[in-house]
Amino acid sequence: MTGLISIAFKSAAIAFATMPFQPPAASSIAGSVDGLYYLLTGITLFFTVLIFSIIFYFMVKYRRRSEDEIPEETHSPLALELTWTIIPSLICVVLFVWAAALYVRNGRPPASSTEMYVIGKQWMWHIQHPEGPREINELHVPIGEPVQLTMTSQDVIHDFYIPAFRVKKDVLPGRYTSLWFQPTEVGTYHLFCAQYCGTNHGEMIGWVYVMDPADYANWLSGGEKTESMSQQGERLFTQLGCNSCHSTDGSSTGRGPTLAGLYGQPQKLENGQTRVVDETLIHDAIVNPSSIHLPNFQPIMPTYQGQVDEEQILNLIAYVKSLGSQERTNAQ
Amino acid sequence: MADAAVETHAPNPSGFAHQYETLEQQHDAGRLGMWLFLATEILFFGGMFTSYIIYRELHLPAFETGSRLLEVRFGATNTAVLICSSLTMALSIRSAQVGKSKGTIIFWLILTMILGAAFIGIKLRFEWYHDWLEGIVPGLSWTYSGPYQSGVQMFMCFYFFMTGLHALHMVVGLGILTVLVVMAARGRFTPHYFTPLEISGLYWHFVDIVWIFLFPLLYLIGGRYTLGGH
Amino acid sequence: MSTATANLQEIPAESRVNYLNASYGIRSWLLTLDHKRIGLLYLGTITLMFVIGGVAAVLMRLNLMEPQGALMEPETYNKMFSTHGIVMVFFFLVPSIPATLGNFCIPLMIGARDVAFPKLNLMSWYIFVTGCLLMTYALISGGVDTGWTFYPPYSSIYAHTNVVAAALAIFIAGFSSILTGLNFVVTIHKMRAPGMTWFRLPLFIWAMYATSIIFILGTPVIAVTLLLLGLERILHVGIFDPSIGGDPLLFQHLFWFYSHPAVYIMILPGMGVISELIPAFSRKKIFGYSFVAFSSLAIAIISFIVWGHHMFVTGQSIYAGLVFSSLSFLVAIPSAVKVFNWTATLYKGSISYQAPMLYALGFIGLFTMGGLTGLFLASLATDVHLNGTYFIVAHFHYIMVGGAVMAYLGGIHYWWPKMTGRLYPDLWARFAALVIFVGFNLTFFPQFVLGYLGMPRRYAVYPQEFQALNVMSSAGASVLAVGYVIPLVYLIWSLKYGPEAGPNPWKATGLEWKTPSPPPTENFEEVPIVTYDAYEYPTVRAGVARG
Repeated sequence: MTGLISIAFKSAAIAFATMPFQPPAASSIAGSVDGLYYLLTGITLFFTVLIFSIIFYFMVKYRRRSEDEIPEETHSPLALELTWTIIPSLICVVLFVWAAALYVRNGRPPASSTEMYVIGKQWMWHIQHPEGPREINELHVPIGEPVQLTMTSQDVIHDFYIPAFRVKKDVLPGRYTSLWFQPTEVGTYHLFCAQYCGTNHGEMIGWVYVMDPADYANWLSGGEKTESMSQQGERLFTQLGCNSCHSTDGSSTGRGPTLAGLYGQPQKLENGQTRVVDETLIHDAIVNPSSIHLPNFQPIMPTYQGQVDEEQILNLIAYVKSLGSQERTNAQ
Repeated sequence: MADAAVETHAPNPSGFAHQYETLEQQHDAGRLGMWLFLATEILFFGGMFTSYIIYRELHLPAFETGSRLLEVRFGATNTAVLICSSLTMALSIRSAQVGKSKGTIIFWLILTMILGAAFIGIKLRFEWYHDWLEGIVPGLSWTYSGPYQSGVQMFMCFYFFMTGLHALHMVVGLGILTVLVVMAARGRFTPHYFTPLEISGLYWHFVDIVWIFLFPLLYLIGGRYTLGGH
Repeated sequence: MSTATANLQEIPAESRVNYLNASYGIRSWLLTLDHKRIGLLYLGTITLMFVIGGVAAVLMRLNLMEPQGALMEPETYNKMFSTHGIVMVFFFLVPSIPATLGNFCIPLMIGARDVAFPKLNLMSWYIFVTGCLLMTYALISGGVDTGWTFYPPYSSIYAHTNVVAAALAIFIAGFSSILTGLNFVVTIHKMRAPGMTWFRLPLFIWAMYATSIIFILGTPVIAVTLLLLGLERILHVGIFDPSIGGDPLLFQHLFWFYSHPAVYIMILPGMGVISELIPAFSRKKIFGYSFVAFSSLAIAIISFIVWGHHMFVTGQSIYAGLVFSSLSFLVAIPSAVKVFNWTATLYKGSISYQAPMLYALGFIGLFTMGGLTGLFLASLATDVHLNGTYFIVAHFHYIMVGGAVMAYLGGIHYWWPKMTGRLYPDLWARFAALVIFVGFNLTFFPQFVLGYLGMPRRYAVYPQEFQALNVMSSAGASVLAVGYVIPLVYLIWSLKYGPEAGPNPWKATGLEWKTPSPPPTENFEEVPIVTYDAYEYPTVRAGVARG
C-alpha cells in the first residue's frame, strides 16, 4: 500500500510541475469560456472551503467531552434559512445569465465564415474544403478567419471536439449540425471524437493546424489539383440524371422544382408544414424523397439511398448552394 | 401456527393481514397501491404515446397513410366490446357490494372474461392475422409497396407495439379475472370484503381507457373523416 | 446468508427470540415475508453486484495506466466501462439504500409491523435477482459495449454485443424498483403508528418517500425505452434509425427522462441517511426540519424537468438549452439548503466521531464539491467544452461515490447494531472511512483536471500528455479498493465476535432504537404511540454550563 501511495504522490508532483491546468487558448471564444470556468472554480473553492472550515471548526469546538453532556438548545431562525436560500439562488441567476449569454453569442457564426464540411464515420473524420481539398483526421485552417463546420455522420453518433478552441458539437446521422470557431494562435491542436461510437472511439482523433494566411494559401493550392465541391457536385448532378427533372436555370420541367435560387427558401409542403431548404432538407430529398411531398408536383422522385454517400451528398449540396441562395446555412 | 422450517404469519382471526391494525386500513392500502400501480402504467404507455405523437408530427402524411391501412370497423367493435366489459366488471363489483349471491358475482365476472377474450380474438383473427397476410407487419411480414415506405413502416411498428402491449395487459387481466372467479366460488366476497374485486376493477378500467386513447390515435386520425379529405 | 445463520447457531441461544433466529433454514429465508430479512437478502445481492462493478473499475483503471492501454484491447475496455456503468447504476446504486436500509428501517421508523405488501416485497427481490442473473449471463457470454447509456444507432444497429440481454436485465430490475417504490409510498401513507404525523417523521422517511415518487413515475419510462430499443434490434425496424425516418435523439430524450431523475434516486436516500446521522452523532435536533423535508420533495419534482442538460451539444435548439439550463440551476438550490442545514445542526452540538459520523461528514464535503461542479455543467457555455470529458466522470463520481456510497456505508454502519445485534470494531471502521476518503479524492480529483484539459471519456487509449494524471487516478483507485475491502472483513467478523449491541448503542432518537437489537419479527411488542417530534434530544437552556 505504501508503494501505491508513493506512486500516487510522485505522479501528483510530476503532474503539478509539468502540466498546465487548461488546454491552449487558441480561439476567439476560449478566453471568455476560461473566464467563466475560473469564476465557477472560484465559487466552488469558496463554498467548499467555507463548508469544510465551518464543519472542521464545529467538529473541534463542539466535540463531545463527556458521555452525559447535554447540548444547549438552539433555534432555527427563518431569516437564516431564507438567507442561505436566496444568496445561492442569486448566485445561480448570475451564473445562468452569464453562461447563457456567452453560449448564445458563441453560437452565432459571423456572416463571413468560410464553410467547411465534416463527415464522421467509424472511426475517422473526413474534412472537406469547399475549394476541393479533402483531409482525413486533419484540419488546416488559416489564423484569424472564422470557419463554420457543417457536419454529418455516416453511421453512429460522433462528436467533433477541439479542446483548444473550446468548441464541441455532436455529429449525427441523417442530419447536419454545425459549429464555428475563429483561431487566434498559430499551432497544432488536438481533435477528438467526444461521443462514444464503438470499438475505436479512442482512436478517432486528429490534429487541427492553424496556419499563417500565406502558409494556408500555399497549402490550399499545393498538393493535387482537385475540383471544388460544387464542381464535383455539378458533375454528379449530370451523371445521376438529376437534370432530367430539376432545371438549374429557373425554367420549369413539370417534373420537379428548379434548383436555381432554391437554397435557403422556405418551402411549403403538401401537408401544410413549411420547411426551409437547408442541408438537411436536401439530404432528406435525396435519400428519402417520399418524406417530402411538394404541392404542384407528383411524388415521383426515386430514392438515391445507397447510390450516393455522405461526401457526394455534400458535393451536391454545395452545387445547389452555388445556384443562388437566400440565406446562409442555419444548421444547428 | 408458525412452522419452524418455513416462516409464515399466523392467520389473523379478524381476516386481514398481520401488518395491519384494521380491515379498513388494509383496504385503503390496497386501493392506494393499485392507483400508484396505474400511475406507473400511465408513464409506461406514455413513453410510447409520446414517441408516436412526435413521429406523427414529423411524418404526418406517412402516418395518415398507415392509419388508413387499419380497419375501423374492427377497432370500433373492439371499443364497444371493451366498454361493455367494463360495465360487466362494475356490475360484478356491485353484486358483491350489495350482497348478491356468489353465482351472480361469478356470472358478471365470466361475462367480462368472455368480452375480454372476444376483444383479443377479434384482434388476433381479424386484424393481426389479416395484416400478416397482407404483408404489413414490420420485421415479420413486410411486403408493403405503397407510398411513404419508411414512414408507413414506422406507423405499423407503433401500431403493433402499442396494441400488442395493450393486448398483453388484457391477457394479464384475464388471468386476474380467473383468480377472482376462483375466489368468488370459494365465497370470499361479502359486502364487507370485496377489495380484490375493486382493485382488479380499477386495473380493468385502466386497460379499457388505454384502448379508448389508442383507438382514435391509431385508427381515426388517418384523415378519413375530415371535410373535403385527401 | 446461510453462513450468517450458521454462525448464529453456534452462539449460545438468546433467551429472546428475534427476527434472525425466529426460524432457521434456507426456506425460511427464501420464502420470508419479513421486511428485515428481505432487506438482508438485498444486502447480499447488491454486495455481489458491487463486487462485479468494482472489479470492472479496477480493470479499467489498470488499463488506463498506459496511454496505449496496459492490459486489454479497446474492444474489451469498452465492455469494461459498459459493465461498470450498467452494474453500478442499475444493479447497485439504484437499489442500494432503498432496498437494504429502506426495507429494513422504514417500518421500524414509522412504528409499523411490516411494509404494506410483504409478498410484493419478496417478489420484488426475486425480480431483482432475475435481473441480476440475466445481467451476469449477458456479461459472461460476451458482454455489452454500448456504455450504460445505450445510444442508438450504435446500440441498435452497429454493436455486436449482448445489447438485448442487458437491456432486458435492466427492464426486469426496473420492475423491482417500481414495486419497491410503490410499497414504500403506501407504507408511509397508511401504516404510520398512532401519533406519527407527517411532520414527526424522521427525515429518512421523507427522503425515501421522495425517492419512491421518482421510482414510480420515472422507471416505467426507461422500461419502455429499452423495450423499444430491444424491439428495434430484434426486428430490424427503424424506431431510432435515421435512414428510415427514426430519430436517435428521441432515444436520448426518453432515456434521460428517466436517467436524470434516476441520479436523484441514487442521492436522495443518501441525503436521508445523512439527515439521520448528523443529529444522532451531534445529539441535537436537526436544524430546519421542514426545510430539509420539503427540499427532498422539491428535488424529486424538479428532477423530472432538467433532463435536457445531458443534451446541450446534440444540436437541439438554443431555447431548449436555456430552459434546461435554468431549471438545472434551480434543482441545485434545495441541495444547497440541505448542506447548510446539516452544517448548522453541528452548531453547539455534542459531537462524537464514530464511523457513521465520519462517513456523514465526508459525504457533506464531497457532495458539496460534486454538486458545485454540477454548476459548471448546468452553465451552457462551459458545458460545451466539458461535455463528454473526464470532468463529467469526476462530477458524477463525486456525487455517486463520494456522496451516495459513503452515505450507504454510513447507514450500514449506523444500523448494523440494529440489524445484527452486534457492534463492529470502531477503530477499524474509522480507519476504513479515512482510507476511503483519501483514496476517493486521489482517484477522482485528477479527473476534473483531465476533463478541462480535454481528455474525452470512454477512451481506451489516450494521448501521452494525459498519462501522469491517469496514473495518479489509478493509484488512488487502488487505495479506494482497499478501503472498500476492510469493512467487508470486520463487519462479517462482528457477526460472530462482535460485542452485543443492546437496543440503542448510539443513544439516538427514533422508534427503531426503542426495540431490541435485533428486533423481533413483529418489530414491536406493542405498537408505539408517538407524542413527540423527531430528533427530540435533551437540551439545556442557553447560558447553562455544558455537562
